[in-house]
Amino acid sequence: MSTPIHFDAGIYRRRKIKSTIGLFLSMSAMALGLVFLLWILSILMFKGFSSLNVGMFTQNTPAPGSDGGGLLNAIVGSLMIVGSCTLISTPIGVMAGIYLSEYGDRSKFAAVTRFVNDIMLSAPSIVVGLFIYAIVVVNAKHFSGWAGTLALALIAIPVVVRNTENMLRLVPVTLREAAFALGAPKWKVSTTVVLKAARSGVMTGLLLSLARVSGETAPLLFTALNNQFYSTNMNAPMANLPVVIYQFAMSPYENWVNLAWGAALLITLTVLGLNILARAVFKEKVAV
Amino acid sequence: MITNPSASPAKNVLEIRDLNFYYGAFQGLKNVNLDIKANTVTAFIGPSGCGKSTLLRTLNRMYDLYPGQRAEGEINFNGENILNPKQDLNLLRSRIGMVFQKPTPFPMSIYDNIAFGVRLYENLSNSDMDDRVEWALQKAAIWNEVKSKLNQSGLSLSGGQQQRLCIARGIAVKPSVLLLDEPTSALDPISTGKVEELVHTLKSEYTVVIVTHNMQQAARVSDFTAYMYLGELIEYGPTESIFMKPTRQETEDYITGRFG
Amino acid sequence: MATLDSTDTLALHRQKVIRMQRIQDFIFEKTSMTFAMTTLVVLLGIIASLFISAWPALVEFGFPFFYTIEWDIINSKFGGLIAIFGTVATASIAILIALPLSFGIAVFLTETCPKPLRRPLGTAIELLAAVPSIIYGMFGLFVFAPLFAEYIQPAIAATLGQIPGLGFLFTGAFNGIGILAAGLILAMMILPFIASVMRDVFEIVPPILKESAYGLGCTTWEVVTNIVLPYTKTGVVGGVMLGLGRALGETMAVTFVIGNAHKLSPSLFSPGNSIASTLANEFGEAEPGLHYSSLFALALALFIITLIVLSLAKWMLLRAEAKKGFKS
Repeated sequence: MSTPIHFDAGIYRRRKIKSTIGLFLSMSAMALGLVFLLWILSILMFKGFSSLNVGMFTQNTPAPGSDGGGLLNAIVGSLMIVGSCTLISTPIGVMAGIYLSEYGDRSKFAAVTRFVNDIMLSAPSIVVGLFIYAIVVVNAKHFSGWAGTLALALIAIPVVVRNTENMLRLVPVTLREAAFALGAPKWKVSTTVVLKAARSGVMTGLLLSLARVSGETAPLLFTALNNQFYSTNMNAPMANLPVVIYQFAMSPYENWVNLAWGAALLITLTVLGLNILARAVFKEKVAV
Repeated sequence: MITNPSASPAKNVLEIRDLNFYYGAFQGLKNVNLDIKANTVTAFIGPSGCGKSTLLRTLNRMYDLYPGQRAEGEINFNGENILNPKQDLNLLRSRIGMVFQKPTPFPMSIYDNIAFGVRLYENLSNSDMDDRVEWALQKAAIWNEVKSKLNQSGLSLSGGQQQRLCIARGIAVKPSVLLLDEPTSALDPISTGKVEELVHTLKSEYTVVIVTHNMQQAARVSDFTAYMYLGELIEYGPTESIFMKPTRQETEDYITGRFG
Repeated sequence: MATLDSTDTLALHRQKVIRMQRIQDFIFEKTSMTFAMTTLVVLLGIIASLFISAWPALVEFGFPFFYTIEWDIINSKFGGLIAIFGTVATASIAILIALPLSFGIAVFLTETCPKPLRRPLGTAIELLAAVPSIIYGMFGLFVFAPLFAEYIQPAIAATLGQIPGLGFLFTGAFNGIGILAAGLILAMMILPFIASVMRDVFEIVPPILKESAYGLGCTTWEVVTNIVLPYTKTGVVGGVMLGLGRALGETMAVTFVIGNAHKLSPSLFSPGNSIASTLANEFGEAEPGLHYSSLFALALALFIITLIVLSLAKWMLLRAEAKKGFKS
């Protein structure tokens, strides 16, 4: 006959209370996070929308002290800088991702590259800006949209590499084997079969890298600088939304501050929109 | 080692001589000697881990993709030793094709799936390519089911159809040998039946080697059967003799289900 | 070489194809490898160029630069301690606050959250992490700072400020900016990031492990603290350090509210400077010479510090992933 246990209701009650408290606190943390999100978004919406008008999209940034004005030059500038950044970072990042996934299984070189790449993912973006300043702006003796593009590319590439490699690794090995079994050379297997199979995931990575660089300010501070006037010359200082926000937000001019909020709203909507789009694209095609 | 049946005068497409295979330090195949005859269906059977898939994968050097796996010995394909390190692997694989356990359609249209392999080594005009695609799909007994949707993705087919698509893909490049690695284990009985019928019609033009863990399938489908156990070739001969009058006790034990 | 064919013309054609394939394979592999090297090259390039540009300051002030309290632009006397202190202090405050909160969020998402809500709430956290830092900066300056000055700072001074021994941390005017304010905004910014990493790490725990604990009658909290946490220890620390690395290098969230003052004061209410905010504020009009190279010296210090923190973090996360067992 086994000895009966002494069920101590007190201990059990204490444990249950501890658990309930702990879980309640974690739920509150979640609630706090959601409150932050909604708070920030609603402030943005409120202050941003109230300064939204047609003029924002048709006029250029106003001179200090003058009235009204818009963000046209900054919007165009941002589009050009971010657009060229994507053109540069996409092929480099995707090819690097292919290398790490398809050729880099056992080599030490690949392991080191992967490690460094992931560190650069979180590196301080202002230092990247300073780096480009030191080697591009100083040598060219002027700021330029191209310098800004390069700085952003250095931030985007690690994101694309990491995402591409992850997505390619999800492709089952039998698909590769089936292509090899037909006698296909490795480069064809990697591009026309594996990359194709992972294409929606890779696209997601590209969208996410785009979202990331759209909001970056620090790298542009000393590379593309800013431009009060409308310009499409990438070889000269270029207006862009983030630096405009930085300059206008802390200024004493009311119209400048309003424009800063408007620009902040534009950037946030773009970034969040891209993120949601990326999730929608990938979620649909998870079954490869 | 039981030697090859002497009855048939047909030529040997593949001659395996003293084949040893290693996964790192572990030996997966021990001194295998085997001849595969032209225009026959040969089945490799045996319990899990006996080395039948390993043996199959040496025939197109698929193991070469993985460092740490190596083969020693000789495999003569039409007279040339394909284990020679100078052997061009892509070329080899275009002559010895493989279909895998799970259907693996490429992320492209049905037409492009078939054309993919052909385009690698042949320069066909559009109409010739159309003919080749149709021919391959006909041979795989799937033409009628897909002829109206050649542009749809290969992934839109059912499991059984996908597997027949993969077989069509393998046939389209007109290899000499077709290796089938448990091609029906992921399929329902009806699709399995269709694939087995297919294997039967293929042997007039190809040499087929099929790995199966289903003994009844081996009995249904193959002319010759090789029974393997723990990396060794225990017995090899005409299917009928293996199943009716096996010479080795181990073979009989497996056939009669004393262990699995 | 082995032709494996019976007809000669076909064999010749195939030989040509094989040769082309070999060349194509070679080019493709070398090109993709070169592209893979970019980040490596960039890392080394950054260190080198920062070092070169910082050289005059390093020569002039030597190693003491990093612990001298001085930032006199007019007389060209510079020391990095103010900025370094600001960076470390704000990042530490941020981690201190963000850590328990992200832990709570991660626990909620993996344990208590009802299944249909998991994806949307997880996405909400990830969206929060995607908000650009300059937005946090603006939020901090225009919304948070006034509230901070009006309600929170007095409250803190009245409670924590009364504790003997801690009171000196909370003295000074309530103007809504300063080290503490910057630390809080930074906390809001890295909170979702760390929460995401922690949640990913928590999901690595094999369900069967948790089930065996539940099977013994453990409460959810006990499963989390006794099974999940120890199992994911390395990953959690790695995630926190990743957040720390980001916090150290953050510019925009901090610059708006840190106060931009070249003073070192023990009170958290006082304005200060971080390395990133100093660079953002002063680099544009830096005097060539010692000012310029001192700024680069600060940048070099920041880069090295974050490099070390991020390397440790990455190493820990690699160890945690290895626990998954199979190759991911």
